Amino acid sequence: MKCAEFLHELTNYLDGVLDEKTKVELENHLSWCHNCYVVCDTTKKTIEIYRDSQLYELPDDLRGRLRAAIMTKCQQHKKRGPQSV
Amino acid sequence: MGAIQNKVAGPVSEELTLVQAAKRGDDSAFEELVRRYDRNVFRIAQHITQNREDAEDVVQEAFLKAYGNLAQFQEQSKFYTWLVRIAVNEALMKLRRRKPERTVSLDEDIKTEDDSLPREIADWSPNPEQQYTQAELREILSKTIQGLPPGFRTVFVLRDVEGLSTEETAAALELSVPAVKSRLLRARLQLRERLGRYFQRREIGKSGDPDKNVDGVEVKTDDVTSGDGNQ
Repeated sequence: MKCAEFLHELTNYLDGVLDEKTKVELENHLSWCHNCYVVCDTTKKTIEIYRDSQLYELPDDLRGRLRAAIMTKCQQHKKRGPQSV
Repeated sequence: MGAIQNKVAGPVSEELTLVQAAKRGDDSAFEELVRRYDRNVFRIAQHITQNREDAEDVVQEAFLKAYGNLAQFQEQSKFYTWLVRIAVNEALMKLRRRKPERTVSLDEDIKTEDDSLPREIADWSPNPEQQYTQAELREILSKTIQGLPPGFRTVFVLRDVEGLSTEETAAALELSVPAVKSRLLRARLQLRERLGRYFQRREIGKSGDPDKNVDGVEVKTDDVTSGDGNQ
């Protein structure tokens, strides 16, 4: 496997959807190609950091206000009939 | 690497029961659906719009639209995927209004460099995120993802932050599976490269700036992505 082929398969590899043969070839490539190993490892870390970051969590007070506003508007919509959205 | 976990709570069968009750006019069932997915919709909306007020509006408008069109929901897909589709469209509309000079579309022609290897291949420090405080890290992650085209960050947030499958992401965005995979790869690689500026392994005493701390790291929150534009 060449570096460009590794890159082509990277997303499938990280998502765990590679067939066994390609996976073995890719891991063999990673065992000797340091650059691709670093790209693979840091891309995986990138995903994990974002996934675990709790970026843009909805604060509880705002959450309550938003839900109340949504339900109020839904009630108004119900009273006005189905043409109002 | 283990499968990415979906961030949505509760089994699909419960979701369908709630949807059917809501369709019959049970507003408490609809409110339960709001409770179930409001955090997800807010996170997706803020990733796309990069604006807190817009994200709040998107949450309200998406749920209200879902409520008003519930009779049209066919129950062949998951309610959540349908809701995400509505929310993404609302969020993209907000972006267009805010940035009318820019083309904001999931179909925008993004220059493809699929076959080129990343330019920056320096390794990162172990546990690089621990070099920063939580607030600094959030600022870095937020500024970094802002630099991505909306079509890329939308795919990234649905797949990698929210944990939707490739097929669900494709359905929610009305894109083909190969298009989702291609955008996801490029989004991941671009984020990786940009984050590398903050997370790279640094050798103490080498090309160091005496004003910076021992890791050579200096975070000024307002210039984290200087030059990236798209603010």
